Amino acid sequence: MSLAAAESTQACAPLLRVEGLTQRFNLGGGRVVHAIEDVSFDVPRGAIVGLVGESGSGKTTTGRSLIRLVEPTSGTAMFDGVDLFSLSPREMRQYRRRLQIIFQDPYSSLNPRLTVAAIINEALDARGFDKARAARKQRIGELLEMVGLRAEHAQRYPHEFSGGQRQRIGFARALAVEPDFIVADEPVSALDVSVQAQVLNLIRDLQQRLGLTMLFISHDLAVVEYLCDEVIVMYLGRIMEKGPSQALYSNPRHPYTRALLATAPVPDPTRKRERVLLKGDIPSPINPPSGCVFRTRCPHAIEACAATLPPLEAVGAGQQVACIRHHELA
Amino acid sequence: MSAISSSAAGSGERGLVRRLFSRPTSAAGLAVLAIILIAAVLAPWITPYAPGKLSIAHRLQAPGIAHLFGTDDFGRDVLSRMIFAGRLSLTVGFSVVVLSSLIGVLLGLLAGYFRKLDRPLSRLIDAMMAFPDILLAIALVAALGASAANVVIALGIVYAPRLARVVRASTLVIRELPYVEAAKALGVPTPVILVRHVLRNVASPLLVQGTFIFANAILAEAGLSFLGVGVSPDVPTWGTMISLGRQYLDQAPWIMFFPGGAIVLTVLSLQLVGDGMRDLLDPRLAKDI
Repeated sequence: MSLAAAESTQACAPLLRVEGLTQRFNLGGGRVVHAIEDVSFDVPRGAIVGLVGESGSGKTTTGRSLIRLVEPTSGTAMFDGVDLFSLSPREMRQYRRRLQIIFQDPYSSLNPRLTVAAIINEALDARGFDKARAARKQRIGELLEMVGLRAEHAQRYPHEFSGGQRQRIGFARALAVEPDFIVADEPVSALDVSVQAQVLNLIRDLQQRLGLTMLFISHDLAVVEYLCDEVIVMYLGRIMEKGPSQALYSNPRHPYTRALLATAPVPDPTRKRERVLLKGDIPSPINPPSGCVFRTRCPHAIEACAATLPPLEAVGAGQQVACIRHHELA
Repeated sequence: MSAISSSAAGSGERGLVRRLFSRPTSAAGLAVLAIILIAAVLAPWITPYAPGKLSIAHRLQAPGIAHLFGTDDFGRDVLSRMIFAGRLSLTVGFSVVVLSSLIGVLLGLLAGYFRKLDRPLSRLIDAMMAFPDILLAIALVAALGASAANVVIALGIVYAPRLARVVRASTLVIRELPYVEAAKALGVPTPVILVRHVLRNVASPLLVQGTFIFANAILAEAGLSFLGVGVSPDVPTWGTMISLGRQYLDQAPWIMFFPGGAIVLTVLSLQLVGDGMRDLLDPRLAKDI
């Protein structure tokens, strides 16, 4: 965790404040997928906020809603004083270049028919960059070198690169517009572990050098711990727990967070952790359980859990947890 | 994971013709096509006889020195007629491919990319495909009036739904790919996304369909002419030559054989070129020799 980021957290208003984000998909016939329900969080300037959860928890949809690749059902997203969700498509186009996304799959995220130069050029067009050829060429070279590739790679096609290198090209494309905010949607999940480490180092390096603000979506807790200043834990479209990563990792309060941490391998044979094994699968988001959505798999669930939706309660040091029994379980 | 190869695929689409010539199959296709095209263009200067010159005395002569490809039932020189026929047949073929591609690509992209347009456009496409090709073409030509231009328009409309289907199916897949989302996230205007990201990646199946349609159009034009709704029977096309020669199949098979061979050669060489172009347009398959 960077000290600068922690300071700026307190110093100024968050770059992005999401409130009550809800995303439902109508399947027809009265069936509705509750992908995200009432999600609120802040992304401070210059910080990396991690969004974790298992498959189907709504973390990817959250990222896509924020940059309006899917239109959110309700909620607000104040970005630098403007609600992104209330902008018309035309106005949104002006904001697009300030928000970028990096995708999970390094293979399908680059158009196979375009050279690397053409891919980055498209982003430079969006940025309104100088049209002069020489300036473009130089900038493309700079961007490629910034992400650890070489300028002469510009004339190649995506299929000539490895997965890690392709992900770097994705970064170069995102950085070409000089965005204020980047959604990184599982950017290393599809890579080999050795390559993951290189790309993670690149992200950290770039974040510190360029002062990037990032929402880092991942199911890999170790990766999030390494990279993120703050962590949000999602389950079935709702936030279970959030807080500064140190606090959350050292003292998880929500049974779901504990279960997730228990399943994550720890490279230390002497360290003991509470073993909590989750039974069953994540329920269908078409028919989410009443009350606390986690109760069907929670080892500590009681009858009261089905009755009320637990609100997010502060448990000190910026940590918040949505569990009616967090006092007893602490 | 593919290692970085040292291939110079970066040369892009420049020198496409030169690279087509470097592949033996597409080079053969290009050469044959070029010969057929040049012959058609130079027809008035290279044919041994006028295409319409009657000579009842020499009717139904087998191929020989005087008439290399023989003569038909009116004593007209089959070789000369065949070369002249190439003019209209090739023009109709190419025009139909261009017209049906324009309509088909537009319909397919709109139906595939915009969810709201998919249902009405797909129903329209299905409705058009429910008619037998030739029947729909006859109806259209009958409505428009018989002329070469109207035959092209009718066949262009008849074949457009096939291309529209191919384009729509590919567009549905490509629309959801992250590189299209990346372009959206950059604020790239939709028409640019459609051309740069979607259409470019639909090019391969489109080329293959295009070569089929070319062949079909030449044959369909023949059918229309035979049924009397196409171009005037005085104007030779490969199709009319075949349909008129049909009744002499026993006595003078050469009347049909040579124009038929011309169609086969043209279509075959077009498909060889089409295959080569498909491979060269795809950077993953492109290899410089």
